[in-house]
Amino acid sequence: MILTLVETDLDGAATEVSLEAVSFARDISAAGNGVPVDAVVFGDVSEDLRAELSAYGVRTVHRVGGDDVAAYSGAGWASAILTVRDAAGSVVIMAAGTDRGNELMAHVAARSGASMAANVLSFSGLTPFVVTRQVVGGAAMEEMNLHQRPAVFTVAGHAVEAKPADVSGAGELVEHTPTIAPEDLVARVVSTAEPEADESGDLTSAKVVVGAGRGVGGADKFGDVVELTELLGAALGVSRVVTSAGWRPHHEQVGQTGSRISPDLYVPCGISGAIQHWAGCSSAKTILAINSDAEAPMVTRATYAVIGDLHEIVPAINAEIRKRGYGA
Amino acid sequence: MVQPLGVLVCVKRVPDITEEVVLSEDGQSVDGRRSGFTMSAHEECAVELAVQMVGAGGGEATALTIGDAEAVEQLRNALAVGCTAATHVVGEPFAFGPADVAREVAAVVRDHEAAGRAHDLVLLGNDAADTGDFQVGIRLAYELGRPVVNGAHTVTVEDSSEGAVVVAVGEGPDGQETYRVPLPAVVTIREGGVEPRYPSVPGRLKAKKIPIEERQPVSEPRGPGRVRMVLPPPTPSAVQILGEGPEAAPAVVDVLEKLGVLTPGKVAP
Ligand SMILES: Cc1cc2nc3c(=O)[nH]c(=O)nc-3n(C[C@H](O)[C@H](O)[C@H](O)COP(=O)(O)OP(=O)(O)OC[C@H]3O[C@@H](n4cnc5c(N)ncnc54)[C@H](O)[C@@H]3O)c2cc1C
Ligand SMILES: Nc1ncnc2c1ncn2[C@@H]1O[C@H](COP(=O)(O)O)[C@@H](O)[C@H]1O
Repeated sequence: MILTLVETDLDGAATEVSLEAVSFARDISAAGNGVPVDAVVFGDVSEDLRAELSAYGVRTVHRVGGDDVAAYSGAGWASAILTVRDAAGSVVIMAAGTDRGNELMAHVAARSGASMAANVLSFSGLTPFVVTRQVVGGAAMEEMNLHQRPAVFTVAGHAVEAKPADVSGAGELVEHTPTIAPEDLVARVVSTAEPEADESGDLTSAKVVVGAGRGVGGADKFGDVVELTELLGAALGVSRVVTSAGWRPHHEQVGQTGSRISPDLYVPCGISGAIQHWAGCSSAKTILAINSDAEAPMVTRATYAVIGDLHEIVPAINAEIRKRGYGA
Repeated sequence: MVQPLGVLVCVKRVPDITEEVVLSEDGQSVDGRRSGFTMSAHEECAVELAVQMVGAGGGEATALTIGDAEAVEQLRNALAVGCTAATHVVGEPFAFGPADVAREVAAVVRDHEAAGRAHDLVLLGNDAADTGDFQVGIRLAYELGRPVVNGAHTVTVEDSSEGAVVVAVGEGPDGQETYRVPLPAVVTIREGGVEPRYPSVPGRLKAKKIPIEERQPVSEPRGPGRVRMVLPPPTPSAVQILGEGPEAAPAVVDVLEKLGVLTPGKVAP
């Protein structure tokens, strides 16, 4: 069986990247004589979620609950995933390449003496099981042999499309309430604070993101860019130069060591497009770059670009948006 | 603050690439000869946290790398910003998989402890900037039988009734998460909680005088399972230049209209 961790959002719905991971699991299943695809979910499983996973071809939805997993702990949750594995006997254990997904799969691999491949894009065969994964923040790829069982890996965001199966799975709900060893609960979350509301909105799920880089020129020069962000009802994302200089907070950073965004439209202003920044924005559907340098990598890789000083261009765009009667 | 603390911080020498990745001829590694080398941003923050903790409460901040002869550069940089000791496990880093690295780090921790130098807290980056395995810290925790917090951006050590605890804070999917874990522990660090300091000239001079412990790997690496690295095919530029300067604004808004990202009406024209 292929066991896929499905993460849920605050509303209890499966995250997009988790559904991508389930779709990826189905591809492996198809290549491997239809080995069943199961899902493991922590917390509540609503009827909507069960039905959705069934539509995605999931045979069994393993719901893990109980006091020992109520608060997150990497070791504790991984031990629970392995309890499910022992009950159902899986050869592949996988998750989406999120922070949690990568962390839990690393625990699962370490506990079962297996390798772990992070951020897999595709696989090229089952015997041997060779996967291609992102390295250097997605600027290069690595082919890796995952010969041990279980094969443990995570799927890079947007490596495959999330799409329901042609044939639904049974989607049978099975409850697990594992007892976790005390040593696996030592490092557990003791408190969670609500995220602060700010200009960045929810960067990772925003449909439109306005970007700001060194070209903005100073902490006090964000007025135009922030105005554009508001007019578009967008989230603000920035480059590392901006956060390092203290112009904007780190949680607004896009890139390899910041957030990975996948908006319909990204408008980077004064961002050169270094590979570590590109790592965070390459899955934007459309990029409209504003930059004074027509040769900047962000410009050459963009869909559209305007060349010139952003402090002249952005106010003109804001005025034009207003003139045509738009504005969120 | 607590009694003097022993912190070990693991740094990896990685190519300092910003534009184009070049691979070595055998496809086993990223070639950094043209770009130069650095350590990951996460690890710079781990070094900063180690230096701050030791600076506040006393103790030892030891930098550790497993790498070739040149990796001494990253250890010197860590010493220059305030680490007090450094250990170099000499080996070809691309021959080591994450499990191998974890085993080597664990061996250093045990040997140092046997010699009376405890590393109460081991800090690593959340993921290495080149191979991006996202796992060495977690594997290390299992090697040492210690608890591990992953992806924290700030770490402090406090005294409590149960002894010294490390308080680690990071971003979780539902907001900021806090862990309180007794020492000894392992914590992996993400950029964002502290601003790494730049080395000063006196710092660099002082760093030069600190002897670096050199060791051989304790076991033959099993390797990373890498078949080879490959580069994505180059994508030819297909950019459509909408214009130069503010005169391009109408063309930009035409595109925004076409993409359907504008919300009409709420702002009076
Ligand atoms: C391990 C590691 C991790 C990293 N992680 C990240 C990360 O997560 N995110 C990230 O962003 N970076 C990251 N970086 C840094 C990255 O390599 C670049 O240094 C950074 O992205 C550059 O930011 P920038 O584009 O704002 O600045 P620059 O590269 O300096 O580019 C500024 C751009 O603005 C343009 N410009 C200047 N003035 C104007 C003007 N008036 N109008 C219009 N355009 C103008 C210039 O033409 C230029 O293209 C990382 C680096 C390393 C080594
Ligand atoms: N060769 C190495 N030498 C020292 N530390 C390393 C090495 N490789 C990995 N690490 C540490 O482990 C962290 C996670 O690496 P990885 O699991 O490979 O992505 C890095 O950020 C480093 O702190």
